[in-house]
Parts: sequence; C-alpha cells; structure tokens
Amino acid sequence: MGIHLKQKDRGSPAQTVQEKMAFSRTNDSYRPASFAFRWTAALAAVLVFGILAVTCPAATSVAAAAQEKEALGMQLAKQAVRADKHWTTVDHSKLTELNQNFTSGDQITQACLSCHTDAAMQFEETIHWTWEVPSEKPGIMNGKAGHAVNNFCISGNAMEDKGCLSCHAGWDGRDGLVNCLACHGEEKFPFKETFADLAAFEGDDDPDILEIVKELQSGIRTAVQNVTLPGRNNCGECHFKGGGGDGVKHGDLDTSLAKPNRMLDVHMAVDGADFTCTRCHTTVKHHIAGRLYTRPAAAERKSLIQDDMATKITCESCHSATPHKASTKMNDHTDKVACQSCHIPEFARVNPTKMWWDWTTAGKMKDGKPYEVKGEFGKPVYKSIKGDFIWAKNVVPQYSWYNGSFDNIGIKDKIDPQQIVAVSHPLGSPDDPNARIHPFKIHRGKQPYDKINKQLVAPLLSGPKGFWTTFDMDEAITIGNQTLDVPYSGEFDYVETTYAFPITHMVAPAGKSLDCIQCHTRDNSRLAGITGIYMPGRDKFAIVDTIGLIAVLGAIAGVTLHGLGRFFTRNGREE
Amino acid sequence: MNERTMTKVYLYTRFERFWHWFQALMVILLMITGFEVHGLYSLMGFETAVEVHNFVGLLWLGSFAFFAFWLVITGEWKQYIPTTRKLFDVALYYAWGIFHGQDHPVQKTPGAKHNPLQRLAYLGISAMLLPVQMITGLLYYLYNSLGNVSLAPIAFIHTLAGFLLVNFLIIHLYMTTTGHSLFSHIKGMITGWEEIHDTTKIEDWETKATKKA
Repeated sequence: MGIHLKQKDRGSPAQTVQEKMAFSRTNDSYRPASFAFRWTAALAAVLVFGILAVTCPAATSVAAAAQEKEALGMQLAKQAVRADKHWTTVDHSKLTELNQNFTSGDQITQACLSCHTDAAMQFEETIHWTWEVPSEKPGIMNGKAGHAVNNFCISGNAMEDKGCLSCHAGWDGRDGLVNCLACHGEEKFPFKETFADLAAFEGDDDPDILEIVKELQSGIRTAVQNVTLPGRNNCGECHFKGGGGDGVKHGDLDTSLAKPNRMLDVHMAVDGADFTCTRCHTTVKHHIAGRLYTRPAAAERKSLIQDDMATKITCESCHSATPHKASTKMNDHTDKVACQSCHIPEFARVNPTKMWWDWTTAGKMKDGKPYEVKGEFGKPVYKSIKGDFIWAKNVVPQYSWYNGSFDNIGIKDKIDPQQIVAVSHPLGSPDDPNARIHPFKIHRGKQPYDKINKQLVAPLLSGPKGFWTTFDMDEAITIGNQTLDVPYSGEFDYVETTYAFPITHMVAPAGKSLDCIQCHTRDNSRLAGITGIYMPGRDKFAIVDTIGLIAVLGAIAGVTLHGLGRFFTRNGREE
Repeated sequence: MNERTMTKVYLYTRFERFWHWFQALMVILLMITGFEVHGLYSLMGFETAVEVHNFVGLLWLGSFAFFAFWLVITGEWKQYIPTTRKLFDVALYYAWGIFHGQDHPVQKTPGAKHNPLQRLAYLGISAMLLPVQMITGLLYYLYNSLGNVSLAPIAFIHTLAGFLLVNFLIIHLYMTTTGHSLFSHIKGMITGWEEIHDTTKIEDWETKATKKA
C-alpha cells in the first residue's frame, strides 16, 4: 500500500480528475502499488549491493595499499641488497708478499699477481685497459683510443695524447703493468712522486735520508696493504672528472657523489643505501657492467626475480617492472617512461656541469700569454687552451626515446656541416618495445672539422707539439689525425655539435620525483618534444576541441536566445 | 487555453529520483575532472583529477549496469521507445508555441514521462552516447593492459563524447525551466510530484506501449 497511502496523504486539495485517472491506470494495469513498492525496495537493495560490489574492490585495494607499507619495488630492492656486508678471509697486511720495500709500481703489481694470478690478464681485456670497443660499423673502433670523438677534448689520439693517460689504469700508460691500486687501493697515495723520491735517494747513506726513505717505504706498504673492493672515490677519480675536470662531462657524475646525502642520490648516500658504484655496475672477470659507447648496458630488462644471476645495472634489476605501490597509475608508466625521467628531476644539483664548449675562441692571448677567465660557480668561462664554456647547475634534462643503444659519429664518418652534428645521440622510437622516454644531458659546442673531407678532426692537445703548447690548430689537427691514420685536407673550420649523456645517477628521494603536471600539461611540458604517443593533458585533437567548443558555445548561445525569446514574449501569455 | 488549472502528478519514484541525482553528481564530477585531465584548466591538480575521474567512472559504469537491469525488469525501458508521432508537434512547440503561450502538445504522465522529443534524445544519449563514453572510458582506463593499442583513437572519441555530454547538460538544464514555472520540473525531480497544466487527454497510443498485455 506504500505508494498508495503516500499519494493520498500528500495529495493536494487540488487533486483532479487527471491525477485520479493516472492513479487508476497505475492501479489497474500498470503496476499495483504494493507490487511497485516491493520492486522499488528490492531494486534499491540490489543497487546498493551493486554499488558496494563496484566500490568494494576499489576500497579494498585502497585499504591494501594503505596497509602495504612499502611498494613492491622497494621491498624487492631492499632484499636484493640485504646481504650487503662484504667479508674476507684474507688480511692483506699479513701477507709476506706485501711486506716488502717496493721501489716501483710494477713490483707492487707483481706482488698482487703472485696470488691473483689471472687478474691482470682479465683486466687487460676490458675497455678500462684497451680504451677500445668495437663499433657496430665495420672497421670502426670506438673508445678513447679508437675512432670515437666527442665535443670536449675531442679525441684521445690513439693514446698518443699523454695528457689523457693520467686516467689510464696502468703505472705507465699502456706500457707498464696494470695498476691494481687505481681501483683497489683504499688510500689515495702519490706513488709516482714517492717512487721518484726513492730513486733520488738511492745509494744515499745519510741517516736522515735513510729515515725518510724508511718512512716513504712504510707509507707505500700501508697503501699497498690497504686494498679493497672499488669505492666511490676509486671510480670517481676518473669518472667524476671526465672531460678534464669535476663535473665537466656527465652532469650526473661529479665529486659531489663521493659523499652524497639522500637528497642528491638515495642509492649512494652515506645516510642512505651507501652504495658503491659496483653495487649496480656488477662485474664479471673485471668487465664492469655499463654502456660501452653504442652498446647498451644490458641486453634485456630482467629483474633478479626473473634471473637471479642477472646484472644489476638497470633499475628494474632490483625494483622490478612494477616498482610502485599496487594499482597506482605510475606502474602503468614503466612500459614507456624510464624510471630516471621522473626520479631525477634535475642533474648537477650540487656541482655545476659544463653545457657548452666553443673551440672557435681558443688560442687568444693576453700579453702574449694564455689566460683564463673565471665566471659563475668559480668555474672558468674562458681558457686560451680550450675556448669558451657555459656551466649550469640544477639542469632540467632533455628527453628522448632510448632503447639503451647509441649512435655516434666518429673521425671517419661524413658530416653535414650545414646542420648541427649529433656526435653522440640515443637510439629508440615509440614503436620499439625496448625504448623508454629517458632523460639526457646534451652537451653542445663548436669543434673543428675538415672542410674538404667533411669529417670531424682530432687535434692533438697536450705535449710539446699539441695545441695547448703551440696554439696552432692546423698543426694540431695534422699531427692528431696522423695518430689515427685519418687524412686531413689542410682546411678546417668549426661546426656546432651535440653530445648526449644518459642521466641515470643522482636519483632523488621519492618525494622529490616529478609531479604528473610536469609532463601532462599543455604548456611547457617536459615531454613537449616526445612524439608517437598520446599524452592526456599534453595532447589534444584540434578537430575534437573545435567541435567541442562549437557544441558547448552553440548550446549556450541557443538556450540563451531561446530564453530571451521566452522572456520578451513572456511565454506568449498576456497579462 | 485561457482556463489554466494546475494539477499534481506523482511522476518520479524514489528510486528514479535517487538514480537521477546520483547519476547527475557522477556525470558532473566526471566532466569537471575529465576536462582538467584534458588540460583545459587546473582545478584539483592533474593527479587528483585522474584519481577521482577513474573512481567515479568505474562507479558510474557499475551502477549504470544495475540501472539498465532495473530498466529491463521493470519495463521502464519502454519509456524510451522512440516514436515519430507528435514529434514534429513537440519540436514546433519549442520553436514557436512556447513563445505564443501555447500548451505543450504532450503532457507528462507516469506512464509516459518523456515526450517524443525527449524519448528520442534520451534514447540517443542512454543507448548511444553514454555507452560509447563508458566503453571508451573503460578502454582508456585499461589501456595499459590491452597490449599494443594506441591511446589516441580512444582519447579522440572519449573527449568528443565528453564535449557532447556538456552540450546535452546545458540544454537539459535549460529545458528544466520550460515547465509551467521556471522550477517546476526541477521540483518534480526532487519531490517526485510535478505540477502540470491540466489540459490534454492522454492519448491511447502513448500508454499502449507500456501497458501489459
């Protein structure tokens, strides 16, 4: 009787025939009131149940996410590095081989090799020793000692440029033995100078000198016995200073990573996970995981769950492909966006990095002497030996599709000097399932090229005949190209070039990662240059928005006119 | 014509009114968040907008299924059967008659709540536009699990239909003012009782469709 009663109760005195008619129709044929009420009640219950059924999974997942203290990727990563404590059964200070008076670097290495018999043999096969890595192009060798060039100091001139050799892990360039302590010595010790002093004191029997000699040798022994797995400083000695100084090259690798805090790098942070480089750059027979010029750091994306012997060089190795808390949209991004894109909001966050190097201005003199001008950050903005620089801090990366491989232009490749030459650039496209949108530092500059042969050139820089001594670029190119057996026409000019570095270090704490709006926005999207995908918030179809605008404005105009018509005609009623 | 007696009819049951306003709330929320996600303005922030849009969208999809079920088992779906009869009269009324004090050619009754023009509009919206929006919305939501599918065509349709729904909403809101008083339609949708002009006799054809055999 529900509806019946209600209608009667609420019926106004002005109830009319029509209502009764509608009423009776309801009554006799349409739906008996009690029947209708029962159905309404039942359906309301079903609807409530339905809504609950729909919302409950969502609610439970929200509850589950709240309960889940840490995202899957975080749990996995913590497990992967759980047994972090390295232990050893050898105390190197007790070894007789290391308790001798060393007079040369090679002696030290021989002492190492007396136990670690194959170590040097292994190491000498790696790029760290050869400075060469075969290119995919036939007859081309990449590497500092090969045909590769960059837009910093340009070329290693087949290791003829002795200035580069300070970073080579040997006692005397490629001629002496491997210097094990370059990577395994915990103490930074001036071996070269100390051995020179010892040689000078040789045969002197002055008691004071003998005392000094004793101290020097004790110092060497302590340094030699203090061996370790490579620490951040060992790798950093060269890799933080690539390109000729702190932070010049990479932008995400500089001396600030020797003792970073969590804000700079959560993995390497002394107050964070305190990773050494080799925690991710895992090593097999002295081959250290990482990208080698055009070759990717990892052939496949695999987590340690899929393959517990996999390299740990990718983020996915430890964090998996679904690193965020369950059912968050971020996990859907990992098929297209590299972790680094959001988690490294800017690079060079502590120390500045070089963004521009213009060789065209090199060679200017002041009072007949080369000079240097310091600028912002206390960094040189001009050096006679190198040209003009621009430095920057907190740099927003540039983003491109990247499948882990690079393409590069070496000393033997033809260039189009009318264009900006991409000396090194990432490969990948939106259709490539291995490609992700990845952040890069793009180092720009102007460097010499052969006008006739249309090739980049490799001027020799250091040494008595190098540009840094002679300030004669033409001669430097002539000699430099000879070291690589590449002909030089004798005419050079300068061409603008770019060199890309993948940004992968300096991962910020999760709270500092990018907001959606940094990319999902119409204006100034960080991914404005990324093509091949539709991004909500960034993208639109002009035709849809045009039709939409017409539909909405048309409706507003229509109803406004109609309403005004009714207003002015007073709905046609005459008062 | 000049003699205008008013009458009240109980048009909308409690469930229908609940569904109407519940759906209205969801649709408006979806519009507000949807066009923020589209990048037209910044209101609650992209991330929140996406989350709200996804949640409400799924809620709408689920509850709409139950509404469709309700339509079927109550036979209320027959209210949406299109007819061309008096369609022209109704169109003519809104184009002409309404400005000249004429009565609506088809009055609302519990058996026929929608005039022929409404039937056509609501059928188009309920059977075409809303399902398209829900399906493309679901595809948008599940896009990452669908394999190698491009988001662009899904977004194209979903955004276009979104604009058309705003178009509908504007006209719908305006049409609520065309009752015998500005707010009589809205009042009807709130209380269930609507005041209408006591005029025309309900034609047999209007009710025949909804009559039980």
